[in-house]
Amino acid sequence: MAQKQPLLEVRHVSKMFGSVIALSDVSAQFYAGEVTCLLGDNGAGKSTLIKILSGVYQPTEGDYIFEGKKVVLNSPREALAMGIATVYQDLSLIPLMSVWRNFFLGEEPEKRFGPIKGYDIKFAKETVRSVLGQMGILIRDPDQPVGTMSGGERQSIAISRAIYFGAKVLILDEPTAALGVKQAGLVLHHIVQAKRRGLAVIFITHNPNHAWPVGDHFIILRRGRVLGDYRRDELTQADLMNLMAGGEDLVKLQQELAALLEAPLGVAGESPNVQEVISAS
Amino acid sequence: MPADSVRIAPVPEEQLVRVGFVRSAFRRVEIGALIGAVAVWLLFAAVAPGNWLSVTGVARILDPASTLGIMAIAVALLMIGGEFDLSTGVMTGTTGLVAGLLSTRMGWNLWPAMFVALLFALGIGYVNGMMVTRTGLPSFIVTLATFFVLRGANVGVTRLVTEQVYVGGIDKTAGFDLARAIFNTGIDVFGVEFRSSIIWWVVIAVLASWVLLRTKYGSWIFAAGGDANAARNLGVPATQVKVALFMTTATAGWLVGMMNIVRLRSAVASQGIGQEFVYIIAATIGGCLLTGGYGSVIGASVGAIIFGMAQVGIVFAGWDTDWFYSFLGVMLLAAVLVNNYTRRRAQEISLAAAKARTEG
Ligand SMILES: Nc1ncnc2c1ncn2[C@@H]1O[C@H](COP(=O)(O)OP(=O)(O)OP(=O)(O)O)[C@@H](O)[C@H]1O
Ligand SMILES: [Mg+2]
Repeated sequence: MAQKQPLLEVRHVSKMFGSVIALSDVSAQFYAGEVTCLLGDNGAGKSTLIKILSGVYQPTEGDYIFEGKKVVLNSPREALAMGIATVYQDLSLIPLMSVWRNFFLGEEPEKRFGPIKGYDIKFAKETVRSVLGQMGILIRDPDQPVGTMSGGERQSIAISRAIYFGAKVLILDEPTAALGVKQAGLVLHHIVQAKRRGLAVIFITHNPNHAWPVGDHFIILRRGRVLGDYRRDELTQADLMNLMAGGEDLVKLQQELAALLEAPLGVAGESPNVQEVISAS
Repeated sequence: MPADSVRIAPVPEEQLVRVGFVRSAFRRVEIGALIGAVAVWLLFAAVAPGNWLSVTGVARILDPASTLGIMAIAVALLMIGGEFDLSTGVMTGTTGLVAGLLSTRMGWNLWPAMFVALLFALGIGYVNGMMVTRTGLPSFIVTLATFFVLRGANVGVTRLVTEQVYVGGIDKTAGFDLARAIFNTGIDVFGVEFRSSIIWWVVIAVLASWVLLRTKYGSWIFAAGGDANAARNLGVPATQVKVALFMTTATAGWLVGMMNIVRLRSAVASQGIGQEFVYIIAATIGGCLLTGGYGSVIGASVGAIIFGMAQVGIVFAGWDTDWFYSFLGVMLLAAVLVNNYTRRRAQEISLAAAKARTEG
């Protein structure tokens, strides 16, 4: 796999927001037919990186390479046109609109009525039903507003739509956050289905239990830098847990906390130490 | 373009559960307006059955409802697209004055005068739309400013040119007879005079409803009002959609302005002021959400009928017409409460079904 050409790649990318360094010198490769999990603590720069990948931000420095060619993206629409689809937690569907209108939004199928063109609603409804049916989501009523569906179903619809319209790269920002076990499982299913169809999937999560079963490749970010870049066979699940939790810092934290429990009450000095460890992780 | 790799397997029909009648009735956007219309009709049928149940009664109700309905339809489209326009009422006056002044003072044929008035309206609509989408200011504020500018200019320019606050003698201009025949004339049906503006209204309602529900532009309007950013990310030109909708309300204002001047044979500087709220109320009674992304053209038309019924019914019942606006206030509140309730009911039913599906 490693000698294959990556579908999407960033080289030495940095992003500054004023004086805040959100990303610094990040390089990463994403391959077709693989799930790349992007992991890291809050504020590590995961969302910033995927916003660069999806054309929302332009990197301050560094190169963006798609299918072996250097490109500059100026908007999410340009990324979408190249086949890079992003599913945001809540930003990708219009809650008050029906399932079929949402599914085909921006790509409406049309039918001729004499000299004028109308929306091919019959095709839209039938297609939505069968495409989602294949993904294991039974839509009984395509007229149902998306806002009344469960979180897992909404994510599933957004993912199926990206696949249906021929995305090559599928970027998912915390799609399983705030979902119950069963619903998160449904989304993980779709991630694997997308991978089997040959898409490069980029999956952001805080939950190692969601990352481990689907990931082929794990990139761990920390304070805007790449802390580690591993293939699945280079890691165990325990390693992954440790890395996500902050690795050695966690061991240090455990020792500090144990020492704190032993120490007599009212002794000054230990708490700043613990805080330092927590903020460093 | 759909990917070829995706196979489409038809879902067997028996898996499709028919949506229950109650649920689909609750799902109708227009349900609040329809209930309101029936209630108001029954009220006046009981209070003033003699006039109310006659063909004349119907003609009298549809007269104000038609011009109001045309405006309410355009306003509803704009509200579904997530914006407001407070300059719609005054626009009916402004366009009438532009056409009236050009034809009576400059000696133009009425038709080119009306055409220039249309261009003027489109220009104002474009400016409204650009200001709202460029600055990101609430359309409520931007169009309030437009409203006041036009309101002042209407009186100011008219007084400057005519030394009065109205432009008379439009019926003496060339092209008037044809304009009157086309825009607003009386048509005899069963010996009762119906206004031809009713035909315009019905045609516009059907056309607007078709665009909204059966073309991709309709989906774009819903999406622009529902979540403009999400829509843009999917390639919907939300900004252009909004600008086009502002130009649509301005065009509706022009059409009604022309209907008014050919009927009254004059243009009045104060024409239409205060009406903007009536249009918004009719659209809201018809199911439009003030937050955008939801509503109906047919509902807005039913809202206009409710207005027509209230206006005429109060006279038929022999009540003091001062109460008209209080009546409207009550109607508005009642309709919005019904809309709110039914929407929540419909969502609860759908949500329960969604839960049963994924967790059951
Ligand atoms: N628009 C912005 N302006 C200024 N600073 C920003 C902006 N966006 C992100 N940052 C900063 O960049 C850093 C990385 O943020 P980012 O949102 O990428 O983190 P994240 O890994 O996605 O975190 P989380 O897990 O909490 O979503 C943070 O310190 C954040 O405060
Ligand atoms: Mg984030």
